Amino acid sequence: MPNPKGIDHYLKSDGLDSDREKMIGQTIGYRYDVNLVPDYNQVTPYLKKYIDHMGWPDLNWLEDVHMGYEEGRAAVFDRNINGWVTVPEEIDLPDNQQERDMIARELLVKFQMSPNHPLVELRRAYGKFE
Amino acid sequence: MANVSEHASHDMGMHTEQLEGRTQQVFFSATEEENLSQPFTYDVDFGREAEFDAREMASGEVNSKIKDLMKDGYGSITVRNPGAKHSVAVGILNRLNLVLDGSLGYFGCGLIDGPNIRITGRVGWSCAENMMAGTVVVEKNAGSTFGAAIRGGDLVCKGSVGARTGIDQKGGTIIVGGDTGAFSGFMMQRGRMIVLGNAGKNLGDSMYDGTIYIGGSIEDLGVDAVVAEMTPLDCEWLGRKLSLFGLEAPDGIENMTKIVSGKQLWNYDNLEPSEKKLIL
Repeated sequence: MPNPKGIDHYLKSDGLDSDREKMIGQTIGYRYDVNLVPDYNQVTPYLKKYIDHMGWPDLNWLEDVHMGYEEGRAAVFDRNINGWVTVPEEIDLPDNQQERDMIARELLVKFQMSPNHPLVELRRAYGKFE
Repeated sequence: MANVSEHASHDMGMHTEQLEGRTQQVFFSATEEENLSQPFTYDVDFGREAEFDAREMASGEVNSKIKDLMKDGYGSITVRNPGAKHSVAVGILNRLNLVLDGSLGYFGCGLIDGPNIRITGRVGWSCAENMMAGTVVVEKNAGSTFGAAIRGGDLVCKGSVGARTGIDQKGGTIIVGGDTGAFSGFMMQRGRMIVLGNAGKNLGDSMYDGTIYIGGSIEDLGVDAVVAEMTPLDCEWLGRKLSLFGLEAPDGIENMTKIVSGKQLWNYDNLEPSEKKLIL
C-alpha cells in the first residue's frame, strides 16, 4: 500500500504530518512505499517500445521509479538532475499507485531522452570525453 | 501547497532559500516527444556484429576499441580473452549487446548505463559498481562488493559471491545463484537483492530501505534488518525475474525469506545539531 492515509494524501493536504515536518515546513520523503514492485500488466505502449529498443527483458532500472510528490503536485524524481520533474496538469492521475508509477516512468524516460534535458547542456559544457 | 511562513522554521531563520518563483521552464513535451535514446549516445544496430581479441591489449585499449566499434554502429560486440584485466567495459552509456568471453579483474563493467553484458567466466571485486541501467550476467563466481552502490539495472551472478554484496545499494536488482558472504546488503538504501543460496553474517546490516530475498539459510541478521512477510506480488515478481535468467529458487519462491529494514535507525524526524542550537 503506497500510503495508509490514501493515495491522494500529498495532493489534498500539505503533507506535513510529523512534528518535524511541521517545524521545517516541508515533507520528508520516504512516506510512500518505494519498494512496491511493478505490475507488468500496466506497462504503457511507449515503455514497451523503450524496453525493446534497449534490448532489455523488462523495465530494468525503471522498476525503482515511482510517482512522488513535491510541493503538493505529482512529480517524478530524475536522478540525473537530482531534482523533481512535475507531472503536467493536463495528465489525469489514475486512482491507483501502479498506474501512477507507469505514468511517472514514461514521463521520466521522455524527459531524459529529450534534446533539451539539462544533462545535454551540462555535457556540452563540462564533458571531458566524446 | 504549504506556506513556509506559517511554520516555526521561518521564525528561526532556517529558510535562506527563496522558494517562490523558481524556474518553471518547460524542457520537453510529455505528450509529443517519442525519443528512445539520449542525444549523446551512439546509434548502434544490434544486427551488426563485431569481435576482437584482447589478449595483447591493455584495459584502456579494450575500452577504446569497444567505443570505436559503437561509433561505427556495431551493436553486438564479443571480446575474446579479456584475461582478468581490471576496469574492462566501464562507462558504457549506450544500448549494446556485449559478450566478454573470459574472466574480468577488479571493477569490471562499472559505471554503465544501458548495455546488456554477459561474462562467461568469473569477475573480481566490485563488478558493476555504480551501475545505472542494463543487465550484467556473470556465468561463474564473483568477488567481494559485487554490485557496490548499484543504482539500477539487473546484475546477476549465477555462482557464489564474496562479502559485502550490494554494499550501499541504491536501486536495481542483484541476483546471486549461489551463496553470498558476510555483510551483504550493508547500508542498502533501495532496490532488491535475491540470493538463492545461503547468506553469511550480518545480512542487511544498517539497511535503510530496499528488500533482500534469501532462498537458503541466513547465518545472522545485521542491525535493524528484520524478516517481513512475502506477498503475492513479491512471489510473482520473483518468479518472473528469476525466469528471465534461467534461475529457480531451490525450495520454491514461497519459501524464500524476505528481509527489510526495521527502520529503527531512521532519524529523519530528529533534529540536526545545528537546528538544536537554534532552538536552544
